[in-house]
Amino acid sequence: MTTETGIGASVRRKEDKRFIIGKGRYLDDITKPGQTYGYFVRSPHAHAKINNFDATEALNAPGVVAVLTGPDLEADGIGPIICGWGITSKDGTPHKAPAHPALAIGHVRYVGHQVALVVGETLQEAKNAAELVEIDYEELPHVVEVGDALAEGAPQIHADVPGNLSFDWELGDKAAAEQAISNAHHVTRMDLRNNRVIPNAMEPRAALSEYDMGTDEITLYTTSQNPHVHRLVLSAFNGVAPEHKLRVIAPDVGGGFGSKIFIYSEETVCAWATKKLNRPIKWTAERSEAFLSDAHGRDHETHAEMAFDSYGKILGLKVSTKANVGCYLSTFASAVPTYLYGTLLNGQYTMPAIYVEVQAGFTNTAPVDAYRGAGRPEATYVVERMIEIGAREMGIDPGEIRKRNFIAPDAYPYETPVIMTYDSGNYALAMDKAQEAIEYQGFEARKAESAQRGKLRGIGYSSFIEACGIAPSAAVGSLGAGVGLWESAQVRFNPTGSVTVFTGSHSHGQGHETTFAQIISDQLGVPIDQVEISHGDTGKVPFGMGTYGSRSLAVGGSAIVKAVDKIVEKSKKIAAHTLEASVEDIEHAHGVFSVAGTDKKMTMAEIAFSAYVPHNYPADVEPGMDETAFYDPLNFTFPAGTHIAEVEIDPETGTTEILDWVAVDDFGNVINPMIVEGQVHGGLAQGIGQALLENCVYDKESGQLLTGSYMDYCMPRADDLPTFRVQTINTPCTTNPLGVKGCGEAGAIAAPAALMNAITNALGKEIDMPATPEKVWRAAQDL
Amino acid sequence: MPTVSMTVNGKQVSADVEPNTLLVTFIRENLRLTGTHVGCDTSQCGACVVHVDGNSAKSCTMLAVQAEGAEITTIEGLAKGSDLHPMQKSFQENHGLQCGFCTTGMIMTAVDMVNKQDNLDDASIRKGLEGNICRCTGYQNIVKSVKAAAQEMEG
Amino acid sequence: MYDFDYKRPSTLDEAASLINEDSVLLAGGHTLLPTLKQRLAQPETLVDLSAIDSLRGVCPDGDKLAIGAMTTHAEVANKATIPALASLAGGIGDPQVRNRGTIGGSVANNDPAADYPAAVVGLNAVVNTNKRAISADDFFVDLFETALDEGEIITNVTFPTPDAAAYMKFDNPASRYAIVGVMVAKTSGGVRVAVTGAGPCVFRQSEMEAALSGDFSPRALENINVSADGLNSDIHASAEYRANLIKVLAKRAVAQING
Repeated sequence: MTTETGIGASVRRKEDKRFIIGKGRYLDDITKPGQTYGYFVRSPHAHAKINNFDATEALNAPGVVAVLTGPDLEADGIGPIICGWGITSKDGTPHKAPAHPALAIGHVRYVGHQVALVVGETLQEAKNAAELVEIDYEELPHVVEVGDALAEGAPQIHADVPGNLSFDWELGDKAAAEQAISNAHHVTRMDLRNNRVIPNAMEPRAALSEYDMGTDEITLYTTSQNPHVHRLVLSAFNGVAPEHKLRVIAPDVGGGFGSKIFIYSEETVCAWATKKLNRPIKWTAERSEAFLSDAHGRDHETHAEMAFDSYGKILGLKVSTKANVGCYLSTFASAVPTYLYGTLLNGQYTMPAIYVEVQAGFTNTAPVDAYRGAGRPEATYVVERMIEIGAREMGIDPGEIRKRNFIAPDAYPYETPVIMTYDSGNYALAMDKAQEAIEYQGFEARKAESAQRGKLRGIGYSSFIEACGIAPSAAVGSLGAGVGLWESAQVRFNPTGSVTVFTGSHSHGQGHETTFAQIISDQLGVPIDQVEISHGDTGKVPFGMGTYGSRSLAVGGSAIVKAVDKIVEKSKKIAAHTLEASVEDIEHAHGVFSVAGTDKKMTMAEIAFSAYVPHNYPADVEPGMDETAFYDPLNFTFPAGTHIAEVEIDPETGTTEILDWVAVDDFGNVINPMIVEGQVHGGLAQGIGQALLENCVYDKESGQLLTGSYMDYCMPRADDLPTFRVQTINTPCTTNPLGVKGCGEAGAIAAPAALMNAITNALGKEIDMPATPEKVWRAAQDL
Repeated sequence: MPTVSMTVNGKQVSADVEPNTLLVTFIRENLRLTGTHVGCDTSQCGACVVHVDGNSAKSCTMLAVQAEGAEITTIEGLAKGSDLHPMQKSFQENHGLQCGFCTTGMIMTAVDMVNKQDNLDDASIRKGLEGNICRCTGYQNIVKSVKAAAQEMEG
Repeated sequence: MYDFDYKRPSTLDEAASLINEDSVLLAGGHTLLPTLKQRLAQPETLVDLSAIDSLRGVCPDGDKLAIGAMTTHAEVANKATIPALASLAGGIGDPQVRNRGTIGGSVANNDPAADYPAAVVGLNAVVNTNKRAISADDFFVDLFETALDEGEIITNVTFPTPDAAAYMKFDNPASRYAIVGVMVAKTSGGVRVAVTGAGPCVFRQSEMEAALSGDFSPRALENINVSADGLNSDIHASAEYRANLIKVLAKRAVAQING
């Protein structure tokens, strides 16, 4: 049954009201009585030794409450920032993760590195005083690119990490891949660069910490995608406070895209300092600070070789990647270029042999960690560029070569050579629909028409796959994860029949307050305006793992279903008692409990009331209607699809115009098509941004970030983007109760390869991301 | 400290402010109208857009003292009581927002755009949003929202 | 921002009297305020010109158009009777920048990537101050440097109406300033080609002017080799690419004029 508010309906978002009237409550909107303001003194150098630190003058400045440093943190026993995923190198040794104090001790290792926190009565006073802190830096040689950092004789960034190598990891069968290559009819070889990008959620990161001396409790408001993970790490590893004395609240959060998963220096320091100073402290990043110190994304240098037989069937793939992890290993930095990357190199294809090796190198740049897609966009970029180039080199149509290699719809479960088991999919169907939508047959005529106007037209494919809902816990644990990756949900009926759902997922734009409410409305027949979704407060919701990796619906939504199952089970007992029937005879559909074969029934609201006013109630059932479930998935989910981009290049200026974009995605079952489409649009904008506009550039000479503001870092604007044509096909996921796969990252994963394939198709030669006007112009001019 | 007086959302307000107080700071901190946001420090993202004497302006790039005597409208002043402005309704109806952070500035820009331009099409709407950055939506549903509201507002 | 005093004079004379080496003029503020926010300047006093009514307005004056220094880009875009000028103003920054930013502020700042210098030079305008009239060719001196003396305030800019003109701009995709902007104009004094964005300061492309004087067509520019020497080079565009854009945009401007 699809109702107006049930599963499958494009319900308008419940959360929108507060945002459109200016009543959203983002972190910087919150103030506390007696609040002070924090401002971080940051390194102006890429790499330097701190010979002397003198805050005397700053401490004497008006309105200064404190100047706190790394040694102060250390003296209070505050532990360093951690990386939560252990990677083992080829030689069996664990990854190297040098100590990362929340404020620098002795050395600074990138421009923007946090050196001290100045706390002032006003922000202006804190900033004024920060200028008075005198630091004697002795500059050291630096390196910003990973290839340079891993080369012989590179400047050493950490004394305990020889050659700047954090790990040298491999996956797959090297001998088999090499044999496939040596026996192949054709081998495509390419060097590919996956450019570094900066996430740029529109709300900058922020923290507001408050200490209650009466209860000895610290409350940390922070811009987090996973407040319980923040609490766990800050307590267990940093030692800020015992877990039960630390409350982490992530209020309305203005976008994350991965960058707000991680436990950063700033909130760690604020959480510690509030107790030390016994004053609330607010820190809000300026955009320029965000550019310098948010975890960046991507930054791979890759050499790939793809082997084909004469029919274009892929025989093997061998990939060697150097991944820039920045100056320290951020929270999940080690997982991104390994288990979120290498495991997806099979794409949508039957590939008999795959081998990937990844060297992770430290550089004098901001830490690099998960950014929308995290590893999977990098994998799709390799696979989809290689197959496209292979098709060009072999003279096979790019759509056709993919069809020849797709895993067949009846081949599931399909085990890949890189430890994934795909549960479901129909790749050829997505391709057919995409080709039909873009009118692929008419492309040559359109290209000829463009040529008459002096323009170069191109078309490009990306048949992407991703792995979402990262799970199950036992599997990720065996691969090195330091946490479990389940999710929690608590479904609480109020006596009058309304419902509050507490979820461990966190919405920072995804629309959980609507989607999750639809599940409840659909399954329990509760009007959607009677359902409230509560998230983001460790003081309210059960321990949960948060939102990233397109996991909220597949894992968090499934947890809600599990809690609903318990509600239904209990309700059946109450209905059986009240209706004087046996539990086995009670049938449930959408919140109506009826005795089979009779017209006797009770509604969910009546049962909930009865549970709280149990005057006529089964003796063996507890009062109340409030159930909690924890759900650990059986497997990852595997959203996939085909995107086709059509572009036109002005060869005189190198400008690329995206003329058309068709996306056909398989997200399994869809709860709210409107929200799903919106997620695809947003992902596409970021993927297109990476391919066309965005590029994080550190100056090799100075180590300075050259793209440190919107003046130089090109964010996609409305007039850069086309109108996307988005469709879904739905092969239900077989491993979760909702049959859903996840949609948040698809666009960002699919887009770069589709766009670069289209641009290089137009140019008739290969260039790499980002396809800036000058780069395209040079290619078009044969310069 | 100079005293600054202006009309904000129809109400006369007056306060002593340092000359280096930005209009956005005055709105957020002095008036506690926190629907106007700050998303960058180079006058580009548009999260802080308000109307100054009927024209959209970036309140992060104006001093409060420059608004002396001005009529300011913020997102909080757009609805008439509980009656939402057509642009606000349209953003909800057309899923023109996700995280909501850029939304208030986006709506203020869009209202000014529709007030000043007739016959808005996709291209002119996209051009008119040049000063507002959204990271969530890919803009498609924002364009759709503005277009639908324009039709409603032009009646 | 550091602390400063703020003055808002209501007459030009009062404004002039407030100027000293520690004060700066505040027009639209869309360059000055971001600079102050980054703490890159520390003036003692900001002298806000917005209350001086005589500095505002777009006034046709015979075959000339006088635009007050405090006239916003949006007003110029809406009211200027020279279409190329209106179009240039309508392409500056974004709608909010155009609602606050002023011609006087832009011209006095002389940002190498600003649009207005191309209009002033290309259309052979005169920059009038509280002290004198300065011809376009004399006004823009070098990077962020103009012929203005200390304490000199631009009152208006007078544009002679050209026979025809067109402005073509290639935006910096991030900042939306001009990577290159070219104004081509047929004026009573001959063809003028002014280039902004490409060099440290707006300049005239005399070789193109000469070629177009003989044959006002895109074809006439075909064989001109624009040198990359002295042009700007940054992460967005090399000098060589800018040189290419000068030629491409000039040709397109000519084509637009020729319809």
